[in-house]
Amino acid sequence: MALTNETIKLKLIEKFGEQVLNFEEPYGLLTFEAPKENNLKVLQFLYDDAELGFTFLTDLTAVHYPTLKGRELAVVYHLHNLPANIRLRFKVYTDIETPDVYTATRLFESANWMERETFDFFGINFVGHPNLKRILNVEEMDYFPLRKEFPLEDQSRRDKDDEMFGRGGSIW
Amino acid sequence: MAHVNDTASQFPGQVHETPGGGIVLSKLDDVINWARSNSLWPLTFATSCCGIEMMAVASAKYDFSRFGFEVARASPRQADVIIIAGTIVNKMAPVLKRLYDQMPDPKYVIAMGACAISGGPFFYNTYSVVKGADHIIPVDVYVAGCPPRPEALLHALISLQQKIKNGLTREQIKTGKE
Repeated sequence: MALTNETIKLKLIEKFGEQVLNFEEPYGLLTFEAPKENNLKVLQFLYDDAELGFTFLTDLTAVHYPTLKGRELAVVYHLHNLPANIRLRFKVYTDIETPDVYTATRLFESANWMERETFDFFGINFVGHPNLKRILNVEEMDYFPLRKEFPLEDQSRRDKDDEMFGRGGSIW
Repeated sequence: MAHVNDTASQFPGQVHETPGGGIVLSKLDDVINWARSNSLWPLTFATSCCGIEMMAVASAKYDFSRFGFEVARASPRQADVIIIAGTIVNKMAPVLKRLYDQMPDPKYVIAMGACAISGGPFFYNTYSVVKGADHIIPVDVYVAGCPPRPEALLHALISLQQKIKNGLTREQIKTGKE
């Protein structure tokens, strides 16, 4: 039986029950979340299960949702089953005050670089990472530049009209 | 430039014909500047898209070897001129400074493109870009463009040669040599 989003979802629910939730399929990509304490259990299950076989970590990054109080930061894993050529997206949310998430470096070597990058830009503290320090920005930087607490545009500028950049109406 | 010498590309000095040969009258500094300006070895240094344009200038179609720039060196210790071709980010800044410090005197700097001049498109709203390479090292010639046309870089290279021949680069002014 070919692996489909539906079978993946059923297997996950069978294994984790209420601990996996918010299943969606935007543009056909299976997306779900789990509590951050369980991120390694879910990744390990997806990796080890003979039928699932998500053994390749395509991408690891984070998103900042300033409006979601208590779960402002989402760590996003993109996984790939190479033989079946199926991808999925797995999110764990964390409080921005305690952005501690267990590292996936024990499972995927490639997570090492990507977790450093995610720490660099979003300040996710990957617990257990062997070398969690800034990788792309200067080490003296004392903030996390891709968090949305920083304005996207310089608020003092009056010469730049969003209409001219294909982004809808004027900001003024 | 202050006073561009129209004859800058010619050999500096006069030749006085004498029976059986001739005498050349010139200043040694002028001869040294003339010699240096016609064999400038650029450092292989490019940090973004301007670097692609710089490679085009090195290629057969534009060919900066016509002006003595063909010996691109991969080591700053053998280079005379650094063409800052691209964006300089904060993390690159100490590396650029170190490369410049490692180059032997006399050394010259060309800032190629908007990013190297001022930060260019990254002037506003950036957390990582240096707003002009001249915050890090002194620049002799600026080339506008994003990226500049190959002809513009050739013009900058020739402008640098004229500056050297006229003794007007920062290096020459600093050391008090004409």
